[in-house]
Amino acid sequence: MFRLEPRAVTPVWITAVTPLLAVLATMIAGGILFALLGKDPFETIRVIFVAPLGDPYSRTEMLIKAAPLVLIALGLSFGFRAGIWNIGAEGQYVMGALAGGAVGLAFWNVEGAWLLPLMALAGMAGGCLWALIPAFLKVRFNANEILVSLMLVYVATLFLSAMVSGPLRDPAGFNFPQSRLLHESARLPIVLEGTRVHVGVLVALIAVVVAQIVLTRHLFGFNVRLLGQAPRAAAFAGVNAKRLTVVLLGLSGALAGLAGIFEVTGPIGQLQPSLPVGYGFTAIIVAFLGRLNPVGILLAGMVMALTYIGGETAQFSLGIPAAAISVFQGLLLFFLLAVDLLTRYRVVPAKRSGV
Amino acid sequence: MDLSVIDPISLFVGLVAAATPLLYAAIGELVVEKSGVLNLGVEGMMIVGAVCGFATAVTTGSPLLGFVVGAMGGAVLALVFGGMTQYLLSNQVATGLALTLFGLGVAALVGQPFTGVKSPRVAVVHLPVLSDIPVIGRLVFSYDLVIYLGIALVAAVWFFLNRTRPGLVLRAVGENHDAAHSLGYPVIRIRMMAIAFGGACAGLGGAYLSLVRVPQWTEGMTAGAGWIALAIVVFAAWKPWRVLLGAWLFGGVTILQLNLQASGFLSWLQSVGIPLQAQYLSMTPYLVTIIVLVVISADRTRASVNAPASLGKSFTQTG
Repeated sequence: MFRLEPRAVTPVWITAVTPLLAVLATMIAGGILFALLGKDPFETIRVIFVAPLGDPYSRTEMLIKAAPLVLIALGLSFGFRAGIWNIGAEGQYVMGALAGGAVGLAFWNVEGAWLLPLMALAGMAGGCLWALIPAFLKVRFNANEILVSLMLVYVATLFLSAMVSGPLRDPAGFNFPQSRLLHESARLPIVLEGTRVHVGVLVALIAVVVAQIVLTRHLFGFNVRLLGQAPRAAAFAGVNAKRLTVVLLGLSGALAGLAGIFEVTGPIGQLQPSLPVGYGFTAIIVAFLGRLNPVGILLAGMVMALTYIGGETAQFSLGIPAAAISVFQGLLLFFLLAVDLLTRYRVVPAKRSGV
Repeated sequence: MDLSVIDPISLFVGLVAAATPLLYAAIGELVVEKSGVLNLGVEGMMIVGAVCGFATAVTTGSPLLGFVVGAMGGAVLALVFGGMTQYLLSNQVATGLALTLFGLGVAALVGQPFTGVKSPRVAVVHLPVLSDIPVIGRLVFSYDLVIYLGIALVAAVWFFLNRTRPGLVLRAVGENHDAAHSLGYPVIRIRMMAIAFGGACAGLGGAYLSLVRVPQWTEGMTAGAGWIALAIVVFAAWKPWRVLLGAWLFGGVTILQLNLQASGFLSWLQSVGIPLQAQYLSMTPYLVTIIVLVVISADRTRASVNAPASLGKSFTQTG
């Protein structure tokens, strides 16, 4: 009936419209899912996707949720463009939180404007070093970075749990596996009076701008795109694939680590085993939803934050299980990859044989 | 420390049981990869198999039906992956990841009412005389049917891939899909069948986890087993018998660290001045996976000789 014809060039409007199409398809499929769970689909969709936008508190909470997602997704998107699959951002996020948090605890109750920047640097270093493990093993031993980075998520989560129930445990915490609450100097300043919106949100926005410039205006961004689209051409053009692999994994790890330490110094305020909540995995969806484009990632991060906030409301007010939201996010990624077909191929009526 | 609680025979028996979910998932993925498809969604298919199997067994009271439905659950999820990668030509790595994220969500949703419920027991096959032989009886004849079937499956896959014509065709599709296509083989249909088989195996492995190994339903209970299964395929260099070896290696590591935790090894370490927490022992299966991957991949020529040449590449019919 139909056949696929490869496109030479993808029109810009298709690139922009397809993610919206995927979101629409997710809403429809999600509506069916909620109807099956015995909930009113229209009310549920309204609560998840529309209601948070009209509520000032939810709007600022969206920014707080979107910040780590955007930071991590930006780092991942550079790697994905070059065909390097870091899927262990969750572990790098944890190690960033742990390294930065440990610095904060080492200087507990020490005042000073230097402390937060130091913690942020330690967080970036922690995430970066954790990501350099799969990078080194890939470059040196040819080990698959997907599997190694993912295994390290479990290692990092267990390490965090060991640290907060051992060396970093709150001495006055009745043996609860969590650290001391960070003091004032180690907490991110609030930028919007009366909300929880912290400096990390601004940093995420700046990162979007920087990433956009690097990707479109700098040789580094060009090399990244070249390595992904034409590895042989990249080799002839003198792009050092190994060095780029290390740099890209390190970069995405540093950004994930930064997101981790922002979460500790921002909304949470201490190290605890429940720190990893899946941002590192959701950020993969954000990166694809944003078409691996920095501005797109910003918008995608906001959409994903919306489903988190709306999903929480739906849990309380409509009794929607928390897991339904992850199903929702999984569906979104499926639809996104499915509509991608339209960007690469044109669907045309099949030619009759012999014509 | 009381190492005497670690009995080598029960260690081996435990190892075989712990290896079984990995064995099923890895042998299924081996067939999928031999057909040239990389499905990274093993973790998602396993956990869906675990929840489908558990829910069915609890509602119907029949573990057998549980295993069947678990395998079906995995296969259905795999077919979603197949439809997307084979017909809609989506990126296999990304789609596999989506499958895992989606599967974890679906399983958590379906499994919610079953948390904390007990499943019906799966009977151990007791052979008169044979099972009563000292040592050998326990080492060889003390398992449930699913374990024996798993080992038989490895043999069957080896025979299919190396000694039958359809197996040869499947490998040809995985090595060079354009050549297979020009010989008239239905590349996409063969791949879809392989993908469904892989999903069913992963689902079975998951069901074994929730019905026999644990036996309970807890959210995220696969805890990376699907990813370890993927690593086992690399470790096995795409050879069925080495999958068995790999699964037993990881089963052994898991059982050994659990036994060490139970033996008071940690408090003994504490008494000699090394305070080590249980979490560090729990890390070992993941660390061993990384080490094994590194050792196997370091020899580039050996690693690449057996890898199917078309692995992970999309096939489109042109002209």
